[in-house]
Amino acid sequence: MPLEILKQGAEGRLYLGDFKGESCLIKERFVKKYRHPELDTQITRQRMKAEAKAAGRCLAAGILAPRIIHSDLNSHKLYMEYFDKAKTAKQFILDTVTSQSEDLAKQSLQEFCTRIGSIIGKMHSNHIIHGDLTTSNILINPKGGDYDVILIDFGLSHYNQATEDKGVDLYVLERALLSTHSEQPYLFEHILTALPHGMRKGRAGCSIQVRRSESPRTQEDDDWLTNNKL
Amino acid sequence: MVCALGIEGSANKIGIGIIKDGEVLANVRRTYITPPGEGFLPKETAKHHREAILGLVKASLKEAQLEPSNLDVICYTKGPGMAPPLLVGAIVARTLSLLWDIPLLGVNHCIGHIEMGRLITGAQNPIVLYVSGGNTQVIAYSNKRYRIFGETIDIAVGNCLDRFARIIKLSNDPSPGYNIEQLAKLSNRYIKLPYVVKGMDVSFSGILSYIEDLADPGKRQNKRKKPQEAEVVDYSQADLCYSLQETIFAMLVEITERAMAHCGSNEVLIVGGVGCNERLQEMMRIMCEERNGKLFATDERYCIDNGLMIAHAGAEMFRSGTRMPLEEAFVTQRFRTDEVLVSWRED
Repeated sequence: MPLEILKQGAEGRLYLGDFKGESCLIKERFVKKYRHPELDTQITRQRMKAEAKAAGRCLAAGILAPRIIHSDLNSHKLYMEYFDKAKTAKQFILDTVTSQSEDLAKQSLQEFCTRIGSIIGKMHSNHIIHGDLTTSNILINPKGGDYDVILIDFGLSHYNQATEDKGVDLYVLERALLSTHSEQPYLFEHILTALPHGMRKGRAGCSIQVRRSESPRTQEDDDWLTNNKL
Repeated sequence: MVCALGIEGSANKIGIGIIKDGEVLANVRRTYITPPGEGFLPKETAKHHREAILGLVKASLKEAQLEPSNLDVICYTKGPGMAPPLLVGAIVARTLSLLWDIPLLGVNHCIGHIEMGRLITGAQNPIVLYVSGGNTQVIAYSNKRYRIFGETIDIAVGNCLDRFARIIKLSNDPSPGYNIEQLAKLSNRYIKLPYVVKGMDVSFSGILSYIEDLADPGKRQNKRKKPQEAEVVDYSQADLCYSLQETIFAMLVEITERAMAHCGSNEVLIVGGVGCNERLQEMMRIMCEERNGKLFATDERYCIDNGLMIAHAGAEMFRSGTRMPLEEAFVTQRFRTDEVLVSWRED
């Protein structure tokens, strides 16, 4: 069955397909011919694993991310949940700015940034480093009159407690905002102010307050992974 | 009609170029070449430039068949770069400006590269990969600025190559990067090296330390590490050059591709000294073909630092009404690409 290409991102191609009857999004990391084959295989495998792992970790921590249904390392395909009504944060910001009056747009974007900030705070307090936080990698999924914020594209992610890595994560976001949304310079500031909210609300709280033995991550993570047959 | 003379001397090249409405009238350059195993130091480089610059100014005017009175503006590199060599260009530019009574303009070196690349290749609004001995940036134009999407978080890619060439004592003539490229053609054995991409950014210093260890294991031995007896793998210099190029260029192509996907652009322009590496151009071309994009690259005349690019960028600035009082005609080592207001582009 020829699959319909939804989009070609930097990392791979996105198709709409199904896995055992369940419709899903297929992300294929095709072979990059410019890279040495050995290097390419190594990078592709590493990123696919990272993506599946981090998406699982996020869900376990109560952060919305696509559910990974199946991963096939041989054909470089990842089968995941598809949000058909979602659009990227980049598009959302552009749409908001063009469709609303300046004050109103500013207000709703501030609200939006606060939400993103608290989600990133939550993610970082669970020591998940996204690795490629840009407005193209944040989805807005409409839900009733409201929306959900979903993080995607965890290919460069890793698990690390180091503050430096979390800092680099935010730095990448800051620069992505500066270069793509230079007309809304206030965005990053609001994200930054909202960071601690997520950290307080996160189940694990701040890493400093939680003793290692109490960290709820491992057990739940494992349960989740077994339930989802990863 | 703007006729501009540009003086470039931010690193080990001193170059003078004259351009008149996009038409190249003169492009002369001299390179300070150090012995194998040595890099160029600021003081010695400045001395070299001081000795060469006046001859080059005369040669360029002769080549262009112009008198000083035909010039509309004198441009020089204001930064970024090494201060002593930059000063040589600035002092000569200020003197000529006062002597001949011609307006003076300081130009950002990176902007010079970008504008020259656009002029030569005809690329309209490309994603720019600027790779040289001192800079590594992925740049996209938006809202009157050249915005930096990704860059190196430590040393520049050219610096990584140059320093590796120094370790294995390759000749600096015509350039260390060129000699690495030639040596790499002799091998196809890939040695696994660290691959460091952080979001849109890259890092090379760790790769350099790692390959330094491979090239010269005795030199920087980790004291805590026990000498391994069985594992004596002998890599040839060609293998190392090949692997280094494959790894770091793959990183550069990847961040460029990321920027393309994020901006929805399908044009890439490579500028800067490392940009004339044919392997890098080849890899970038393959990536562009996979995405139905188009690659624009130039050869060594315009890729490597030259006076022409300063003249051209300065002419564009001059045409759009930018002026600079003499008091501001200083040089600065830190001058980021996105500090410049791009007044000459309408889009």
